[in-house]
Amino acid sequence: MKSKSSVASMVLLSAALLGMSSAAFSADNKPGFFSRMFDGEKAPGVAPVKNPQYLEECGSCHFPYQPGLLPARSWKKVMSGLEDHFGENAELPPEDVKNITDYMLKNAADHADYKRSKRIMSSLRADGAPLRISETPYFIEKHNELSRAMVQDNPKVGSVSRCGTCHTMAETGSFSESEIQIPGFGAWED
Amino acid sequence: MNRKLIGVTALLLSIPFYAQADAVSDLEAEYQAQGGTNSSATAGEALWNKEFIDAKKGDKRSCTKCHTADLKKPGKHARTGKAIEPMAPTVNPKRLTEVKQIKKWFVRNCKWTLGRECTAQEKGDFLAYLKNL
Repeated sequence: MKSKSSVASMVLLSAALLGMSSAAFSADNKPGFFSRMFDGEKAPGVAPVKNPQYLEECGSCHFPYQPGLLPARSWKKVMSGLEDHFGENAELPPEDVKNITDYMLKNAADHADYKRSKRIMSSLRADGAPLRISETPYFIEKHNELSRAMVQDNPKVGSVSRCGTCHTMAETGSFSESEIQIPGFGAWED
Repeated sequence: MNRKLIGVTALLLSIPFYAQADAVSDLEAEYQAQGGTNSSATAGEALWNKEFIDAKKGDKRSCTKCHTADLKKPGKHARTGKAIEPMAPTVNPKRLTEVKQIKKWFVRNCKWTLGRECTAQEKGDFLAYLKNL
């Protein structure tokens, strides 16, 4: 005969398990809840890019910025103006534009369960749609201790747009401070 | 047994060269059909090194700005600094093997450098120049 308190504790236990399972069974290949909790396997700050077409088309001239670093509305603007892509011509056949745009919108920061995506999103104004990751308030704040000598006037760096130049694990989606090596300056010391 | 092995290996090793020969000859035929006359490697080289002034921004542009004039060496994107693999097929066998890739870069780079799409003649000349490097 089940007592009220044992039924209650069964209900509570089931609720807890259900709640944990939705976090545990995530569709995005991020190391799962249990891997993170018990194995110390950390998810990178933003979902890494695995799409080969995106890497080829959006990574042949510059760092392949992860779609999780800007909201969908920003990417829509970028992808609708490829003939004048920050002063360069990045035109593509229409099917390629569509495929890449679909990938970007699906993995944009708006609904990405990754730390950097969430921080960037909450730093933006209501419908802010910056075209540059480096113009998001979160990014600006994170880079506000850099000197010109380290970036703009550094012949080995030149611009904060060159993520991979200092963030040694950027292509895996990780931008941790401990991984930074600024050419000519070394590791980041607070 | 040995001769067969050598023969098969030779055949397999030549695949990259077939790929390039295919893509380039397909495109050359296409450009001829579009009105290009006999393509000239000399004209292609001259166009490669020519300097154009951008109508809107006034800056100087040429193929050499990113690819350099020595196509066996790697180039560098003039703005982002990203390394560009050498253009010369003898040094970089992946070059000129895919029609889609070649067409894509012709659209982007002619428009950016010359301010317009390259004509069939110009594209044919470029290929004539590049394919033997």
